[in-house]
Amino acid sequence: MKRFDYMRPLSVADAVSAYKPGAAYLGGGTNLLDLMKIGVMQPETLIDLGRIAELEAIEMLPDGGARIGALVKNSDLAYDRAFAAAFPMVAEAILAGASGQLRNAATVGGNLMQKTRCTYFQDPHSPCNRREPGTGCAAREGDNANLAVLGWSDACIATNPSDMCVPLAALGAVIEVQGPAGKRDIPIANFHFLPGDQPENETALQPGELVVAIRLPAEAAAFARNARYLKVRERTSFAFALVSVAAALQIEGGRITEARLALGAVAAKPWRVTAAEELLAGQAPTAEAFARAADALLQGARPSGENGYKIELARRAIVRALQMSAAGTPKRMPALPASSFAEEVSHV
Amino acid sequence: MSYSISLTVNGDQRRVELDDPRVTLLDLLRERLDLTGTKKGCDRGQCGACTVLVDGRRVNSCLSLAVTLDGADITTIEGLANGDTLHPVQAAFIEHDGFQCGYCTPGQIMSAVGLIAEGHAGDDPERVREGMSGNLCRCAAYHGITEAVVDATRRMTETTERKSA
Repeated sequence: MKRFDYMRPLSVADAVSAYKPGAAYLGGGTNLLDLMKIGVMQPETLIDLGRIAELEAIEMLPDGGARIGALVKNSDLAYDRAFAAAFPMVAEAILAGASGQLRNAATVGGNLMQKTRCTYFQDPHSPCNRREPGTGCAAREGDNANLAVLGWSDACIATNPSDMCVPLAALGAVIEVQGPAGKRDIPIANFHFLPGDQPENETALQPGELVVAIRLPAEAAAFARNARYLKVRERTSFAFALVSVAAALQIEGGRITEARLALGAVAAKPWRVTAAEELLAGQAPTAEAFARAADALLQGARPSGENGYKIELARRAIVRALQMSAAGTPKRMPALPASSFAEEVSHV
Repeated sequence: MSYSISLTVNGDQRRVELDDPRVTLLDLLRERLDLTGTKKGCDRGQCGACTVLVDGRRVNSCLSLAVTLDGADITTIEGLANGDTLHPVQAAFIEHDGFQCGYCTPGQIMSAVGLIAEGHAGDDPERVREGMSGNLCRCAAYHGITEAVVDATRRMTETTERKSA
């Protein structure tokens, strides 16, 4: 690991003014420190955000929304009773990711900022346009079975590995950031970038900006009774997704009035297409209606390598997740969160 | 530049001068504080062998920089037993054959102690397996590990109930 200077500011303002090119903000460190050990990240200065009290609150807002400080630990958010009751699929997605130890250390801001797990991005000896612009993409002719089938480019076929970000995208979360130019809000749909010909530009953050909080709008809480996260993976725990789905419905009198739907592990950002959600409005919650929404969400999907299977897998997972959602949010978190093997217990 | 931190390690106050901010908690414990019970497996947060409690919560000590932990309360496997009396989780691992070679065991036990304190798994074997998935055992002693954690959870719950009765 390359040597770095260490700073521990006590306020966001101090953290931002400590920033200089070559510096990195440190949250829980579960991703950053790992990448520093293998030489993929080489910050000259680490600005530790761990003592900034203003970043540590979970606030349930009077209008029904929520504001989550960037330094809140993943596990603290998932097990917060009020939060999990209002936004159950966010809690389920968090508990479907990583391990108990990692969730205790990793922060929600860090979860938003985590890097792709593409093997070649994590290997400094491989060409990778995302890590080192202009060097090429080793994944195109390499191990690409779990890489992108949507929104990829010739320059990069990496995926975003986050579980938490998938329901946040479906629910229209807003990211509050602060930097040298002040504070601003970024809708999550605009936060992560598709690769295009500049995959090194991963997020909308400007140099020196940091994530301060994640806000969930009040209308997102209206889906609490029918909201599930489904994660398909090679083993049922402690594995990244092959495909994941956040599916939330509002159902009245046997008809869907509103739907929210997003896919994970298929692109460099959580994949949401509002046209797919609009197809579900006014429909009965049937497999046929769900299949039409799946087709709309997957419009334009194409293999970037040996990963064509992910398109059919996603199609089926979307239908399954919508069925699980229609059956009702379980009263208690399933023993295996986000698993299709978990016992399905109806909320009603 | 050197960094001075103070830690409570297994109940003892320790003052540590770090001449290098790159030292992880794992390396601090093993190389500088002579507490080699905590094991280095993958050094990347994937195997759980380095699990310790920081302020009562289980974390991977390999992914934690010591310099960030000024003022923290650390518990390692060396701090669990009370003299010759084993912690209920340690006793249960022996009773249920929760290990073979033993290399992952300190991490397994610290993870189990953390899991039980979190209180979300109870004595449901499926929830225990899920809750312990951050700890790999290459000997595959998982059956005994799950039994040990379930049994220890029950015993510790009974003790708590008896105390509060």
